[in-house]
Amino acid sequence: MSDVTPVVELENVSFGYRAGVRVLDDVSLRVDAGEFVAIAGPNGGGKTTLLRLVLGLERPTEGSVRVFGQVGGKSVDGARIGYLPQRARLIGEAPVTVREVVSTGRLAPAGIWGPLRRVDREVVTRAIETVGLTDRADSPLRTLSGGMQQRALIAKALASEPTLLALDEPTTGVDAESQESLGVLLEELREQLGVTILYVSHEFGAVEHVVDRIVLVRGGIVYDGPPSGLPGVWHDPSHTHA
Amino acid sequence: MLELEFMRLALATGAIVGLLAPAVGFFLVERKASLIGDGLGHVAFAGVALGYLLGISPVLTALVAAVIGALTIEWLRTRGGTAGDQALALVFYTGIAAGVVLVSKAGALNVNLFQFLFGSILTVTRNDLWTVLVLGIGALVTIAVLFRGLVATVLDEEGSRVAGVPVTRLNVVVAVLAALTVAVSMRIVGILLIAALMVLPVIAANRVAWSLRSTFALSMAFGVSSVLAGLSIAYYADLPPGGTIVLVAAGAFALCSVGSAVARRA
Repeated sequence: MSDVTPVVELENVSFGYRAGVRVLDDVSLRVDAGEFVAIAGPNGGGKTTLLRLVLGLERPTEGSVRVFGQVGGKSVDGARIGYLPQRARLIGEAPVTVREVVSTGRLAPAGIWGPLRRVDREVVTRAIETVGLTDRADSPLRTLSGGMQQRALIAKALASEPTLLALDEPTTGVDAESQESLGVLLEELREQLGVTILYVSHEFGAVEHVVDRIVLVRGGIVYDGPPSGLPGVWHDPSHTHA
Repeated sequence: MLELEFMRLALATGAIVGLLAPAVGFFLVERKASLIGDGLGHVAFAGVALGYLLGISPVLTALVAAVIGALTIEWLRTRGGTAGDQALALVFYTGIAAGVVLVSKAGALNVNLFQFLFGSILTVTRNDLWTVLVLGIGALVTIAVLFRGLVATVLDEEGSRVAGVPVTRLNVVVAVLAALTVAVSMRIVGILLIAALMVLPVIAANRVAWSLRSTFALSMAFGVSSVLAGLSIAYYADLPPGGTIVLVAAGAFALCSVGSAVARRA
């Protein structure tokens, strides 16, 4: 194990939303800089809870969670985390455009006061360019396909120029072809920007060929290792790669 | 019409209300909390009744009551373990019940109270105009300065928390702005209808806008147009101003909906 401070480190973490009912029990996990890790498992198995603990949205009942070596959500620099929430939550009533959504991702480094400065607007434009949506930058999000919406939200996460990219169920409602191109995009981002990626999904077939590790969560961690070592019955049958 | 002092006061006050109500309502609609204005109106009713009972300015007591109501709803929603609609119902019914009891106690069930409930052109004074002007401009400047943070919070509250945005404080700002809007608008539109002016221009704008910023700008344009047109119609047709303003806003929504449907088919 490396002496370098890990990006994410969970030590003997247990958590329950109600007293006496544990969603996660004695979970330990380490993710190093530049790793691409898929956190998978059945619905209700605790994978989203694990992500919420990492993001500081929940506090562990027992054990400790460290992100960039810091304990607790508020002490962590939010600009270093690019969070991609579940897509449905962001498609509201108003016709919000790709550029407007991505601009909200610039809030942590730019602050909440006044309009965005020119330098911040340039970062937003670059983030849109990175995900290949330059020609749709001023289109309302709700007029785009599911795959394009997902790319827009990845651009939002990238707008803070993060070192950790955390994605929550990014393939929900996205067709198989777009899921495949999402996997390719994430691999490119890891290579070009050197970001650490936490990919939480019950469908991991789209990224199985590009991730370093798969962590299967079912109340605790039942598998943590390379995709090649994953027992056959646990492979996601929705995608196949040679 | 403009040669009359009370109409000039009503139109000037109404113009500020017409800009402010949808500007605040925009954030409530996007948070799927459109009915908060209605609940705060009922709490403001209790405040007006308290003002009559204590013999002090009903606008001031309504403002204080609405702010307390807004903060209570926000607290219940985020920390009290109560669902948003239940928090709203709790404050809504407590407010209207307190209002009924206090009005009865003050012996104020008269035409003055009805002016607050349904709005009246004649009740706007020069002092009211200055109060609305100062509070309204203050509220609009607050929204302008915090616009990006407020938008990020309504679009993705959890994501904003992860980014370290002071989400709770921004939610409190929206709650206080909503309470302020109710208090300053009740002279013109009336307590029972102010929520409509916070919501209808926004959902009309949602039908025809092409971006978040255009939705915000069109909401304010529809709001101020509805108030000015509604007040003018109310003056010439001798109609209650609050109801007329809201019917004009509802008409704008119907027109936008039809226009949007036609444009989609073309």
